[in-house]
Amino acid sequence: MGRRLLLEHDNVPGIETFEVYRKQGGYRSVEKALKSMSPEQVVEEVQKSGLRGRGGAGFPTGMKWSFLAKPEGVSRYLLCNADESEPGTFKDRYLMEKIPHLLIEGMIVSSYALGANTSYIYIRGEYMWVLDILEKAIAEAYASGFLGKNILGSGYDLDLYVAPGGGAYICGEETALIESLEGKRGNPRMKPPFPAVKGLWGCPTVVNNVESIAAVVPIVNDGGDEYAKIGLGKSTGTKLISAGGNLVRPGVYEIEMGITVEEFIYGDDYCRGIANNKKLKACVPGGSSVPILPAHLVTKTAAGEDRLMTYESLADGGFASGSMLGSGGFIVFDEDQCIVRNTWNFARFYAHESCGQCSPCREGTGWMEKVLYRLEHGQGNMRDIDLLAEINKKIEGNTICPLGDAAAWPVAAAIRHFREEFEWHVNHSEEAQKRNYGLLKEVASA
Amino acid sequence: MVKVTIDDVQIEVEPGTTILSAARQIGGDVVPPAMCYYSKLPGTGGKCRTCLVEVAQGSEKDPRPMPKLVASCSTPVMDGMVVKNKTSERVHDNRGGVVEFLLINHPLDCPVCDQAGECHLQDLGYEHGSAKTRYEEERRKFDPIDIGNKIKLHMNRCILCYRCVHVANQLTDKRVHGVLHRGEHAEISTYIENAIENDFSGNMIDVCPVGALTDKTFRFKSRVWFLKPMDASCSCTKCSGKAVVWMFGNEIYRVTARKDAYGEVEDQDGKAGWICNDCRFDRKDVSNWTIEGPRKINRHSVISQGQYLSPRDTQKQLTDGNK
Repeated sequence: MGRRLLLEHDNVPGIETFEVYRKQGGYRSVEKALKSMSPEQVVEEVQKSGLRGRGGAGFPTGMKWSFLAKPEGVSRYLLCNADESEPGTFKDRYLMEKIPHLLIEGMIVSSYALGANTSYIYIRGEYMWVLDILEKAIAEAYASGFLGKNILGSGYDLDLYVAPGGGAYICGEETALIESLEGKRGNPRMKPPFPAVKGLWGCPTVVNNVESIAAVVPIVNDGGDEYAKIGLGKSTGTKLISAGGNLVRPGVYEIEMGITVEEFIYGDDYCRGIANNKKLKACVPGGSSVPILPAHLVTKTAAGEDRLMTYESLADGGFASGSMLGSGGFIVFDEDQCIVRNTWNFARFYAHESCGQCSPCREGTGWMEKVLYRLEHGQGNMRDIDLLAEINKKIEGNTICPLGDAAAWPVAAAIRHFREEFEWHVNHSEEAQKRNYGLLKEVASA
Repeated sequence: MVKVTIDDVQIEVEPGTTILSAARQIGGDVVPPAMCYYSKLPGTGGKCRTCLVEVAQGSEKDPRPMPKLVASCSTPVMDGMVVKNKTSERVHDNRGGVVEFLLINHPLDCPVCDQAGECHLQDLGYEHGSAKTRYEEERRKFDPIDIGNKIKLHMNRCILCYRCVHVANQLTDKRVHGVLHRGEHAEISTYIENAIENDFSGNMIDVCPVGALTDKTFRFKSRVWFLKPMDASCSCTKCSGKAVVWMFGNEIYRVTARKDAYGEVEDQDGKAGWICNDCRFDRKDVSNWTIEGPRKINRHSVISQGQYLSPRDTQKQLTDGNK
């Protein structure tokens, strides 16, 4: 088992309370930052750490912070994106549920680094009970003087609020999140201007994922260089992976970047292999929007090297034979699972969650869903498979926000790697109609 | 001033100008089509994706091309930028894709649609659409509803350009007219079937690029190409009073604002020439108006077919440089 920086104390009883958290060394980073570091120094440490955004895109957090515009007399805001709605991803929920104070501590230090005096945690509407946990923790932090006016006598003020969304996937897109927070319909904005220049209420704003903000705590405590020692190359530190699907032991794992995918799936410290002694068929390594990988490309890259749990290694081979680390929603399929059904399920999600603002996404996601529904239910024809690939190409890259890409990639990858299964659905329409779930044995082995 | 090259034509424009408005300054067929952008309505644009163009060179300083096609209506030009619109195969291909997306749920009821003949989606479909659809599913259906007693909303035809939402946002302060639901199910509506109480609400009809919002005082009265558009003015206290009256013989069938080649209202006295509901819906008598003369219509428009000009006049108009 590798080092655990975020979930080190997740099993300590009462860790959700301020007292226990403080006893375990909590809020040290706030003391360190506010008393001995300037905001610029904190930003510098984060830059040194090489921390990359944990929400999915993997953009370096320190660089994002350095882009923040700092005009005189204009407020700046830090928003925490807790609208974790990517299918297969549940790491932020675990973190907030178990150790809410870690997020709050990270928010204080990050807000201090960015010079924000008001910060928000935007949490998805489905996480209502987590909202209660966070609000309770925030109240405790206020009572102990870690939030509010003149924190620890440093002269730095911070107000922290939790704002629940209505449960829309699109509000995880940073500009849609800002719109939603402003009380409007959660439609992504056109960029430029980027939030770093014009974000919440027209002020410079940084939006970071829950895990990125939590990771700032160990970075400030131990220094950015220390954090950068963990991991491999440009994938530094630890990463929370929410493993789901047909695994012996699914759950949230904190891994050191750079362990092999094989170890993660089969290792005793992690998922302990595929459930029910089945074989691995496919894996979606980073949440539903990243390309699916067939078994032979999950543990090895196309070049035959070991596939590692890093941003680079998972993306090795581009979309032809690689995928993405994304948000760390690691979904594993065993040999009985039907890729067509799963692809339809994902497509249905994106069709449902498209905001409907720009035409390729609004019409394209719905169209793909309908075609995939027909294929899955034995009413498709060979033409449909090519049609899907065509629709894909017309959506990808042509939309306002990345939701269009997120909807197009899984479908494109499924057709690329599992075309014969789509064709089976066309050629065996009666069996496809009768059977609702899982492939027939002979087809799976064929 | 910054230099930008669009389809091999170079032009100097103010910094901050969008690619689309730079293209409009050049004019002609380098101008990308725009279904949602409306220069007179701040905040519009970026949604329909028909104006996508390829940026072959980002700027003089950073000559790298942009990896994705960009929405020309909302991307500002940079000095030395090289843009490809009609000269790009990629743009043509993807614009065709966008048009297909816009049409899959469109009812294609042009034969009974009042917008036919002046519909931007028709033009776009004509230029980029294919003769056959690949969409086998059932099209989205809504019942037509009334927005007040003068405006009809046919949601089936709507392409969700949000222009009318921006008009309503300018007119009213309670967000009474907007978009309900999400994705494919998104629909324009007033909550619920309310009238918009404003003297200028009729301008929502003028900004609609398709036949989703139509004038109830004109619906099914005549095809637009049977009418003569005439510039006319009246002494209105609410608006500029400068409008176009669409006549058949000596009767006024409908009144619209004066629109330019891109379907946007022209400026009148330095301001956008929106017209009020009184002018639009109620002044249908010739005695209300001073007729200034025939409206010049683009000669490619179906409206100018079989028109009031004799062939010699048409020739004269052409040589005079009717644009």
